[in-house]
Amino acid sequence: MAMIIDVLSWTCLLAGGFLGVSGGIGILRFPDFFTRLHAAGVTDTLCAALILVGLMMQAGLGLVMVKLVFIFLFLSLTSPTATHALARAALRGGLRPLFHREEDDPSKA
Amino acid sequence: MTFILAGFWLLLSGHFVPLLLGLGAVSILIVVAIALRMDAFDHENQPLHLTLRFTPYWVWLAGEIVKSNIDVMRCIWGPVSAISPTRIHLTATQRSDVGKVIYANSITLAPGTVTMRLKGNQIEVHALTRAAAASLQDGEMDRRVRELER
Repeated sequence: MAMIIDVLSWTCLLAGGFLGVSGGIGILRFPDFFTRLHAAGVTDTLCAALILVGLMMQAGLGLVMVKLVFIFLFLSLTSPTATHALARAALRGGLRPLFHREEDDPSKA
Repeated sequence: MTFILAGFWLLLSGHFVPLLLGLGAVSILIVVAIALRMDAFDHENQPLHLTLRFTPYWVWLAGEIVKSNIDVMRCIWGPVSAISPTRIHLTATQRSDVGKVIYANSITLAPGTVTMRLKGNQIEVHALTRAAAASLQDGEMDRRVRELER
């Protein structure tokens, strides 16, 4: 039983780590600020969730698990707020998103 | 509010010696006093009594987040030409402010779409791909959040 939990937990941790690295690569590869936000979103959501779930399985039932659940809850409430604040600040600062095609930009239509 | 904070303190500390319990009580009193002075209790509080009723929505949203994570991962590892950054305007049909915020936050929480502006009931969204934008325009998320309000 402990073995199964270990395997599951390490799968989660490794998958989470891979997503984190991918998020970083996405931040480097994507062309502008707003597309990079989306890459950072991978790190914010599934990556963090998988790592926390993996750690919860390592911790077992108890106070540590409760704390990890709190981290997860607060992260899922605050990370979209932070992302929105970044996007909003960039817009206000006059940064314009890149668009794939001209017609995707409503301000030019 | 006081009880929630007290429970939170106990769960985080896990110690029951008088000194720590005393420190906890004092800090809780200070936080409640500051919150009362700031007049921070209003309709924008986290609606705890609704949280349980929201569970099916959180489960659905978690599924959506996994799906959109996979989509964004494909864009990250695939050719750069796979992305088609788009900006769209959506109309939020939720009646309450909390409903609109939940909708806007859910959009941002799913990778590939970020809420850039929320004004009145107009939401401006930046999407990584046109497909991600189209899935929002289907309005399923909007409908599900609206149903939470009843």
